[in-house]
Amino acid sequence: MENKNFVIAVYVDNKSGVLTRVTAMFTRRGFNIDALTVGETEHSEYSRITISMRGDDYVKEQLINQLKKLYVVKKVEVLEDEPIKRELMLIKVRNQSENRSDIMTAVDVFRASVIDYSTEGMCIEVTGNPSKIDAFVKLMQPFGILEMCRTGIVALDRGTVTLLDK
Amino acid sequence: MKLTGAQILIQTLIEQGVTDVFGYPGGQVINIYDALYEYKDKINHVLTAHEQGAAHAADGYSRATGKVGVCIATSGPGATNLVTGIATAMLDSIPMVAITGNVPCSLIGKDSFQEIDITGVTLPITKHNYFVNKIEDLADTLREAFSIAKSGRPGPVLVDIPKDVQVAQYEYEPQPVVEKIPLPKVKESLIDEAVKLISEAKKPYIYVGGGAAGLGMGADIVAFAEKIDAAIGCSFMGLSAVPQDNERFLGMQGMHGHYASSMSQNEADLILAVGVRFSDRATGNVAKFAKKSRIIQLDPDSAEVNKNVRVDLGLVGDVEDSFKRIAQKCEEQNHPEWLVRVEELKKEEKQFEEEIAAASTASLTPKQVFEIINDLKKPDTVIATDVGQHQMWTAQYVEFDGPRRFVSSGGLGTMGFGLGAAMGAYVATKDPVVLITGDGSFGMNLNELATAVTYKIPVVIVLMNNGVLGMVRQWQTLFFGKRYSNTVLTRKTDFVKLAESFGAEGYLAETPVEFKRAFEKAIESGKPVVIDTRIDKDEFVLPMLPPGGAISDIITKVK
Repeated sequence: MENKNFVIAVYVDNKSGVLTRVTAMFTRRGFNIDALTVGETEHSEYSRITISMRGDDYVKEQLINQLKKLYVVKKVEVLEDEPIKRELMLIKVRNQSENRSDIMTAVDVFRASVIDYSTEGMCIEVTGNPSKIDAFVKLMQPFGILEMCRTGIVALDRGTVTLLDK
Repeated sequence: MKLTGAQILIQTLIEQGVTDVFGYPGGQVINIYDALYEYKDKINHVLTAHEQGAAHAADGYSRATGKVGVCIATSGPGATNLVTGIATAMLDSIPMVAITGNVPCSLIGKDSFQEIDITGVTLPITKHNYFVNKIEDLADTLREAFSIAKSGRPGPVLVDIPKDVQVAQYEYEPQPVVEKIPLPKVKESLIDEAVKLISEAKKPYIYVGGGAAGLGMGADIVAFAEKIDAAIGCSFMGLSAVPQDNERFLGMQGMHGHYASSMSQNEADLILAVGVRFSDRATGNVAKFAKKSRIIQLDPDSAEVNKNVRVDLGLVGDVEDSFKRIAQKCEEQNHPEWLVRVEELKKEEKQFEEEIAAASTASLTPKQVFEIINDLKKPDTVIATDVGQHQMWTAQYVEFDGPRRFVSSGGLGTMGFGLGAAMGAYVATKDPVVLITGDGSFGMNLNELATAVTYKIPVVIVLMNNGVLGMVRQWQTLFFGKRYSNTVLTRKTDFVKLAESFGAEGYLAETPVEFKRAFEKAIESGKPVVIDTRIDKDEFVLPMLPPGGAISDIITKVK
């Protein structure tokens, strides 16, 4: 079966130890996560975990079923049909005079922003689709990346239907 | 009424219908034991020799009755000693609640004396677990633990209670026993689809698992098999679910299953799988498993459908309900050719079984031992086992007296499980209990003999003593060029004296006559008895599907 990228949204109890239960299940069943984010939701009793991963239909089906078995999990859904995906990255690059204008052009084109600046380096914030972030990283590589940090994606379905409604 | 956490714990156990618990005291459960002392008229505590024995006893208690087994251990080593027992229950979907004490909340996370993060340790081997850090959550958490343990696909739940929560006081209001959470009913369209697949079948095979055994579906299964003219086979965990004297019943299939059962399953064109999870020991190479068959799987756990074997139709939900609805909607069918073929396979099976028996020159063979046990055992005997060759022989030869009369560690394959589990089964049922074990397995937890003597548990221990770790030796013979690495037990243990020193009785049996005499005496003695039953070290469990092999690789004789 063919491997595909997919995004899973999970509503879990907003309690300590919940993330461990979810990630431990991934380890135990041998699933690999590309990225995972957790945060509060519109309901204070739940957190939302967004998992981005690759796998075939077998992996996807097993993963959903195994997640549903966890008592801390309230709702699991694969976000089909191209959901809205966003990721944020902070990236620190070397600031050399011969590259400065190239970097600033890239910042401009990618609608990123410089949030820290010194004569040796600058820190840039980029938000967007993961592929956009990838492209920005690639662009910065020749200039010398000192450090970078990505949040992993957050994702929502389009339209007014919410996960808990489904 | 205001009670301490320890009192609330015991009150809640009583409220949830618990009459017996198994455990071992320690520093962080003294308060719980103090409360047990107070309520000793209402709840019976069995002190085992080791916490592992307590966990296996709670498990055996549950297997023999379907009730939730309960065990108690202190923090740190007490808690970690439960681990194997909890994992055993997890792999066989046995409802259990394990209670552990822990250091007070103020000492949590400081590597305090006998502190262990037991909820962390047991995360992958419990259905769910809890660390209760607030007294106000205690009673409801325990109720939820019971609900989770017994609902849907059952399993073990651990509740870790720090000392300060045991000491704190809070209001306690008794509540009714929590009911099982009902499973969703399967949609009618899926039932219809199942009925259609079954009606198209010419060679139906009903494959019964632990799920069906736990629900006591035996009579329904037999009736349905008769209606659609199907053969019946079972997984290891499904043994004892279906009456064995029924001619459609072919016994266990799989690695050491009955030849006719495995072969029929392979030749069937429809497998109706009821509460099975297609373990690798049952299927062999999944790529070659039941290739000619459509498979319908009934299970409460959606994650079991398509996990190990791709099925044609998965009915997730209330298994009993789905089965009954399918049975009702199906038309009567006749498949004389299929049954003739099944009879042929049974004959082939009988033939090579006789060949094996004839080839043996030993003075006492496993088959003879089991024939005597079958003849002499009292009605309603619970047969418990440890793990290894003796376990597979039990699965092949014993005529079980009905559902919940077979107590054995299937999924985890826990050597040392048997004695604790047998005691638990006795405490639960007061029915006769026979433990079939081997010298390897028995050596792991024989300390529980002390418990059996103390509590006057008349378990008859048939110790099939061959001086080797027989199952591993069998693999070494077949697949490792007879390189018997560390499987020859050059021990000097005198099991008769050992039994006597514990206060039990011990007999030696080297021939069928001696075994018969010993077994007769043992079941009448009313005491724990060890029968040191000497068998040959090169007896084999046959047939055998080599690990990862297909049905065509079946081994029926060893040259």
